[in-house]
Amino acid sequence: MTTTAAPLRANIFKQSLLVSGLFVLAVIVINFIFFEPSTIAVVLLSGLYQGMLFFLVASGMSIVFGLLDVLNLAQGSFFMLGAYSGFAIYTALPEGTPIGVRFVAALVGATVFGAVLGAGTEYVLLRPLYARPIFQIVLTFGLGTAIDEIVRAIYGPAGLVPVSPPQSLSTTFSVLGGRFETYRLFIILVGFLLMVSISILLQRTRLGIIIRAGVQDSQMVEALGINVRRIFTLVFVLGTAVAALGGMTAAPFLGAYPSMGGQFLLTAVIVIVIGGMSSYEGTAIASILVGLIRATVEQISLQFYNTPILASVSILIFMVVVLLVRPTGLFGRE
Amino acid sequence: MTQNILSVEAVHTFIGQFHILEGVSFDVPENSITALLGRNGAGKTTTLRTIIGLNPPSSGQISFNGREIQGKPAFDIARMGIGFVPDYRAIFKQLSVEENLKIAERVPGELQKNIPFIFDIFPDLERLFYWPGGQLSGGQQQMLAVARALVPDNRLLLIDEPSEGLAPVIIEQMISAIRQLSTSTTVLLVEQNFHVASKLAEYYVIIEDGLSVHMGEMENLVNDPALIKKYLGAS
Repeated sequence: MTTTAAPLRANIFKQSLLVSGLFVLAVIVINFIFFEPSTIAVVLLSGLYQGMLFFLVASGMSIVFGLLDVLNLAQGSFFMLGAYSGFAIYTALPEGTPIGVRFVAALVGATVFGAVLGAGTEYVLLRPLYARPIFQIVLTFGLGTAIDEIVRAIYGPAGLVPVSPPQSLSTTFSVLGGRFETYRLFIILVGFLLMVSISILLQRTRLGIIIRAGVQDSQMVEALGINVRRIFTLVFVLGTAVAALGGMTAAPFLGAYPSMGGQFLLTAVIVIVIGGMSSYEGTAIASILVGLIRATVEQISLQFYNTPILASVSILIFMVVVLLVRPTGLFGRE
Repeated sequence: MTQNILSVEAVHTFIGQFHILEGVSFDVPENSITALLGRNGAGKTTTLRTIIGLNPPSSGQISFNGREIQGKPAFDIARMGIGFVPDYRAIFKQLSVEENLKIAERVPGELQKNIPFIFDIFPDLERLFYWPGGQLSGGQQQMLAVARALVPDNRLLLIDEPSEGLAPVIIEQMISAIRQLSTSTTVLLVEQNFHVASKLAEYYVIIEDGLSVHMGEMENLVNDPALIKKYLGAS
């Protein structure tokens, strides 16, 4: 095999990156206008932290939507279940088990729990409805509501007190004079690690090629001799496992409460719309952008109005601006 | 005596409530090119999609290489050794030419093994190997679609409208390519352009209103203008 031509990069992708870069630049400039350097560092790190949590919920939704045409409205509930199942594993381990072991067991257990539940959901509930997309939306919405209510009935509406992460992650550190929690930095690192891992999976592996092809034409993929149903299940499981891992990763900081999934779901849907439906790259970049904007507006709002209320509104306004500039989202295609 | 690699017997296919194939029967001899002919909407494309399993038949029998395949999922049928090139080409536009070919591998290393043969038939693809599929011209996409079916060791290729929408010079290239690949595999093609079909195929089957109404050797059809006019509207 010889290489005679360099790969061409799509102009649209370059433009999308440029537009996203301009938005990030605008956020940084706004930070420099309003805040001291110590605050800027904390706000930007806080934005990345929030962005990674949004990514953990939205990434699976985006890939699943691209391949299966299913907007999984139960994804937030899988996130919440990750937190609760992690709690259950964390507290079920025998007394004397080191916190580090409990923590890792909770992370792994929650991920496996999310994967198994995702496999069951796809196989039993979604598979019979692939020809009826509207039914799937109703079904996943109903499933999410049912999961939330079951958890509320078992654990109560108040939620659980956050469990302790290992000692090494329970500290704070100084950044340009501001203080930031090590655990939130850990969440940023986990998010980045997953972002890169999923990107490598999609871009560099045969499974990734199949998923990207299936997003465009799953019938043709099947006609090439590939069991698309199995790929559907794998992708759905990947999405729910990542969401559950995200829930447990967030639990030591946010705790676990029945409505946490719903809160993240709404933002995840906004992230997917901003990034461009079914674009993984778009979802990854939009997550970071939304996190940065939310954290910046939150700080401005607190500083000037003593309330964070504008933060939630800001991402809706950002979505409207993006859709006016690019109706298909930052990385969406016609 | 030539063996049949594919036998289609009394096949009926519905798409939704529409009864598209109402009894199609024909055989495809091994190591030959057979053309499915007929007017627009006669059921030619549905016949190919029924064979590959994308529109499963409601009744009838389809045997490939001595094994019944009707009712099996499309991926199973494809893995038995049938390649499908649809009329809309189905190039994955976001994937490179290399990835479009790589996805068709059924055994690791197949692309590496067959790429010299593919580049021999379609030399342009070597130059375009790392280009996104969506940036290829119509003719190049058609070449890629056929090339993709050559990556695994298929024994039968189903090619739908290989000349559709192509410039005359590209059609000639495509004719030459299909002729070349037919030395190693059997081809069943749907072709609206009778000139192209008659240059390529040794056998023909005419489909009319979902029924196979006439079949035989292409040489005989070419010499029967009345039959051509009756079923194909050309002379």
